[in-house]
Amino acid sequence: MTTTTTRTGLALTDVTLTFGDGDTQVAALDHVDLTVAPGELVAVVGPSGAGKSSLLAVAGGLTRPTSGSVVVAGTDLTTLSGRALARFRRDHLGLVFQSGNLVPALTAIDQLRLVEKITGRRATTSPEQLLESVGMSEHAHRRPGRLSGGERQRVGIARALVASPSVLLVDEPTAALDRRRSHEIVELLARETHGFGVATVMVTHDHDVLEHCDRVLEMVDGRLAAV
Amino acid sequence: MFLALRELVFARTRFGLMGAVVALITVLMVLLSGLSSGLVVDGVSGLQRSPLDAVAFEEGTKTDSAFTRSVVTTAERDAWAARDDVAGAELLGTALVNAKNDDGTPVDLALFGVERGGFVEPPTGAGRALAGEGEVVLSVSAKDEGVALGDVLTIDRVGTQLEVVGFTTDQRTFGHVDIGFLDLRTWQEIHSATPPGQEAPADAYDEASVVALRGVDGVPDLAAGDAAAGTDARPIGEAFNSSPGYQAEIMTMDLIKGFLYAISALVVGAFFTLWTVQRTRELAVMRAIGASTRFLVLDGLAQAAILLAGSIGVGLAVGLGLGSLLVGSGMPFELQGQPVVLGGVLLLVLGLVGAIVATARIARVDPVTALGENR
Repeated sequence: MTTTTTRTGLALTDVTLTFGDGDTQVAALDHVDLTVAPGELVAVVGPSGAGKSSLLAVAGGLTRPTSGSVVVAGTDLTTLSGRALARFRRDHLGLVFQSGNLVPALTAIDQLRLVEKITGRRATTSPEQLLESVGMSEHAHRRPGRLSGGERQRVGIARALVASPSVLLVDEPTAALDRRRSHEIVELLARETHGFGVATVMVTHDHDVLEHCDRVLEMVDGRLAAV
Repeated sequence: MFLALRELVFARTRFGLMGAVVALITVLMVLLSGLSSGLVVDGVSGLQRSPLDAVAFEEGTKTDSAFTRSVVTTAERDAWAARDDVAGAELLGTALVNAKNDDGTPVDLALFGVERGGFVEPPTGAGRALAGEGEVVLSVSAKDEGVALGDVLTIDRVGTQLEVVGFTTDQRTFGHVDIGFLDLRTWQEIHSATPPGQEAPADAYDEASVVALRGVDGVPDLAAGDAAAGTDARPIGEAFNSSPGYQAEIMTMDLIKGFLYAISALVVGAFFTLWTVQRTRELAVMRAIGASTRFLVLDGLAQAAILLAGSIGVGLAVGLGLGSLLVGSGMPFELQGQPVVLGGVLLLVLGLVGAIVATARIARVDPVTALGENR
């Protein structure tokens, strides 16, 4: 089990992901290079279909790239088998989904405890402290059905931090939120990224919130470029 | 278990409905089992509760209702008795008759003509054992028909009179009719339709329906015995099938029970399939954050096991409660521990099989679907 001191961020090198073959071949990711340092919040913007989701899927070990390497905490994900990959994801990667994607049956605090059950170890920062840090202590015993969109997203961020990941991958966190809450959520993400020293990649098409990010990249037709 | 228990509480209405269905199926299983056991007791307790190992029929009798059609002779009994592995061989006469009590009340009887003092003759609870001809010891259940000690039963058509001298300790019925045990000689006279006071034809005193067999050490070698005696012997369990209506009743009950088990497995399987499909998105999320298939499947199965065990437990309690009300009513109903427990275990196992098939879907949920829009 790697400890928090060995975090080395995320490094994608010459990553290509293609679907189909021959004439119908589509490159979702076209020779992408991306390095994110611990404690850095990188935003990736771009139109729908530009490959933003593919970038997250590949960086998160959910999809295997056609070529290139994805290194997280010193390990190349492309060399891991399916089961080892699931274990690696569990221990080193945090995922934040659109509208939180919480388990309906669990209270806010139990969402975090579930991760402890899945990883089989206690969180370095306790679930209570994590909820506190995202400002959700008061609603710790509410289920997602009784939380607002912003509150669900806060719980989702806290859940992603339970396993003390090296890398945090965030998928359109503000898609279902109004302007004010969008700012709050991305500010929170920036704060947690800096506080926990995690390398964060946030995919979004909400240009309003980019001011809180350390670096902004644009994705067009599977290629990544600085803005 | 962490997730399983919280989901049971969260979706309590859905799980409650499912549990109610399983509980009701369990109640039905208990009642059917009781009815089935009751029919067996009613049908063959006269044979079941005698210390018989096997029954020898006349050679070539058909299996169904062989007891009433078969005819064996003293010589065949003696051939069986002479065998080394046979501890006892007795003639047993069986016949279904109608009789009338003193006050003219009709009484249906299965007359079992037995060798007095032999192993087929049952112990008596009330009254005394058979002492001679013209006497009958009735199944204790005949008391419900209003027959009392000292009553005289008159056999229809033949006119033979039998004095009730005793009752058996437990229920002895055959083909759903109370058994009247009587001296073999009296049985032979009734069977040959000899009017009271007259001698039957000589060969009538040589005949009975079957030879009741007891082995020295369990069931004797039936094939060898058949070859020597010229009979058609069957172990006692198979011989039940030759009782009137027995095979048909048991097959009907088994068919109903079989359907019940199949239905319960399908219902549980269908429920957990829908439940898994409903949870596809959250399952994808949990897999994306690193939950192994094993973790999720074990959790799902724990959930199914808790639901099944709980609802089967409730069903058994309710079923046994209802069943105890039926025992002793007019219905042939008998609660026996073993078939009820076995039925409960079978429902649990089949339910789990259904749940396993359903939760196998978990393994096919692709974690990448957790990304992107909520649909």
